[in-house]
Amino acid sequence: MRHVISLLIENESGALSRVSGLFSARGYNIESLTVAPTEDASMSRMTIVTSGSDEIIEQITKQLNKLIEVVKVVDISEAAHIERELMLIKVRATGKDREEIKRTTDIFRARIIDVTEASYVIELTGNQAKLDAFIGALDPTLILETVRSGVCGVGRGDRVLKL
Amino acid sequence: MVLTGAEIVIRCLQEEKVEYVFGYPGGAVLYIYDALFQQEAVRHILVRHEQAAVHAADGFARSTQSVGVALVTSGPGATNAVTGIATAFCDSIPMVIISGQVPTAAIGQDAFQEVDTVGITRPCVKHNFLVKDVRDIAATIKKAFYLAKTGRPGPVLVDIPKDITIAKCEFEYPKEISMRSYNPVVKGHQGQIKKAVQLLLEAKRPMIYAGGGVVLSDAAEQLTKLTRLLGYPITTTLMGLGGYPASDRQYLGMPGMHGTYEANMSMHYSDVLLAVGSRFDDRVIGDPNNFAEEPRKIIHIDIDPSSISKRVRVDVPIVGDVKDVLDEMIRQLEAGPARPDISAWWKQVEDWRSRKCMDYTNSDTIIKPQFVVQKLWEVTGGDAYISSDVGQHQMWAAQYYRFDKPRRWLNSGGLGTMGVGMPYAMGAQLAHPGATVACITGEASIQMNIQELSTCKQFRLPIKICNLNNRYLGMVRQWQQLFHGQRYSESYMDSLPDFAKLAESYGHVGIRIDKPCDVEGALREAFTTHKNDLVFLDFQVDQTENVYPMVRGGKGLTEMILSAEDL
Repeated sequence: MRHVISLLIENESGALSRVSGLFSARGYNIESLTVAPTEDASMSRMTIVTSGSDEIIEQITKQLNKLIEVVKVVDISEAAHIERELMLIKVRATGKDREEIKRTTDIFRARIIDVTEASYVIELTGNQAKLDAFIGALDPTLILETVRSGVCGVGRGDRVLKL
Repeated sequence: MVLTGAEIVIRCLQEEKVEYVFGYPGGAVLYIYDALFQQEAVRHILVRHEQAAVHAADGFARSTQSVGVALVTSGPGATNAVTGIATAFCDSIPMVIISGQVPTAAIGQDAFQEVDTVGITRPCVKHNFLVKDVRDIAATIKKAFYLAKTGRPGPVLVDIPKDITIAKCEFEYPKEISMRSYNPVVKGHQGQIKKAVQLLLEAKRPMIYAGGGVVLSDAAEQLTKLTRLLGYPITTTLMGLGGYPASDRQYLGMPGMHGTYEANMSMHYSDVLLAVGSRFDDRVIGDPNNFAEEPRKIIHIDIDPSSISKRVRVDVPIVGDVKDVLDEMIRQLEAGPARPDISAWWKQVEDWRSRKCMDYTNSDTIIKPQFVVQKLWEVTGGDAYISSDVGQHQMWAAQYYRFDKPRRWLNSGGLGTMGVGMPYAMGAQLAHPGATVACITGEASIQMNIQELSTCKQFRLPIKICNLNNRYLGMVRQWQQLFHGQRYSESYMDSLPDFAKLAESYGHVGIRIDKPCDVEGALREAFTTHKNDLVFLDFQVDQTENVYPMVRGGKGLTEMILSAEDL
């Protein structure tokens, strides 16, 4: 089962390697990991997308909680939540492809944010499936670079992960 | 008061009432050693190898309630310490390790004696720090001690670059520390404890299974009281030995791979199992699937939530300090509910016990290793601090030295580190200067830190080394005999030194014992005539003796080999 784990962690050097080291040492899977400081610069918010049986997910959250610098851990995928991922994709855009790519971009409500004679950079935000679908809609031979941020997540409504 | 970083380090150790630091100097810690030299409160034990410094500090911590402290230099000093740190980590021993680091400007430049100590030790410490500012030293060391001894204890490393130790700042030792990200639970959940007591009182085939957490939490008294109140059978793991008096009738011995028949059968066929500060280790329950086949309710008390439901599913988890939780359970039990009649279960347990699985065939001509341990127990009145190394002798020590008190048994249970025996004994002897301290070892393990004979001479540590010398890596040989077609690949110890003479060359007493009839005499001589000397007793024991009972790796607890006849 796929799970999205959110955590608050002290914004200190080495904190990220403690988390990633834990996953590799115990053989847990990381699909994506994003991290950045919160409104309180001394603390970072991390979103980890992982998968495993209920027992493994339970161990992952317990082991994360055990890390000294981790302040709070929540499996946000246990209840209603929102996931978003940002993608920047650079495509070769020449001739008739330019119009076709523009149309696809519009359909997905993506934006072209850089234009040259031969290329576009397209920005798209959404859940993983939407990003996957956009990539699927493009001619693969036109894709020059794909940069995805990994998933950010937040619980809906009253579910708040705060100190 | 304005002090240098080095002086602050030492002042912090004084504030923490550290009696001994075990260490080895080197370039990156020269200023710290200079500050150490100029005071007397913190005493330094100069070992002969950094691994032994950490083990000795670990042994000191195991035999007391205090935090062990080691001090090593950067680079090889730190890497030599890693085995010691990992050993302490696996057994949750509270320790603070201070390591020197190259100057901050040189970090990342591949400087002389530079390694990424924080990176290398990260997976085997409870936490570690790199101090980058002299003003952070005091608070960091305060945190290190706090982290080491609270919650589930463990080693904490503080890496200090050399330039930080000569920088100066105002020194003030923080009185309290609070960390928003670290708040270990102490008190167990009342509702869960109530549920546990209820379950225990409904049991028909109850069993108590206690581990190292009992010793670490200083809860032997509570465990004993609870067990006697309930009148249930109890087993203690390798790490829990002494947590309940081995001489008591309710005690069934150790469980697991080399546990007793009665302990393993009772664990397996219990209907309610109370696990106290233990973690269902693979050496204890064998195959978790086999263990889970028998239906039983499990209550698990542990300070570390991640230990609960890790290898087996638990029905009543109780997160909290073992001592606090047991106190509460005792309080509820004393409130009066009647204990169930479990005489039928005891009859079954006694029936298993009557197999006398620990009996072995003694000999008049060749020394049996079990016999040496039994005699050691007799001669020391069962009241010594016993350290061991790792292998067959460790199991015989655990099986035949009957520990009645906690913190008397010092061994590497989790990591299984050969070479800990003598340093553990050194730490214990320093912690308890008048006490009897013996190290049960083998000719292979002892050679992994034999250089410490020199340290023992320098600090006049009268430990007694009982070398069960079978000229084999005994446990390896046993597995090769049983599971590898008797192909004894690299398990024979050739070209051994004359250990008695070797000990003498360090200025100690050495005795070689060849015959069973000389065992007791030699031991008595060591503990009386040579009470104040280190004595190296080199027992030439049966080369082919195996450790029984045995559960093969990956098998279930009930599939036991009780003796060679079962092979």
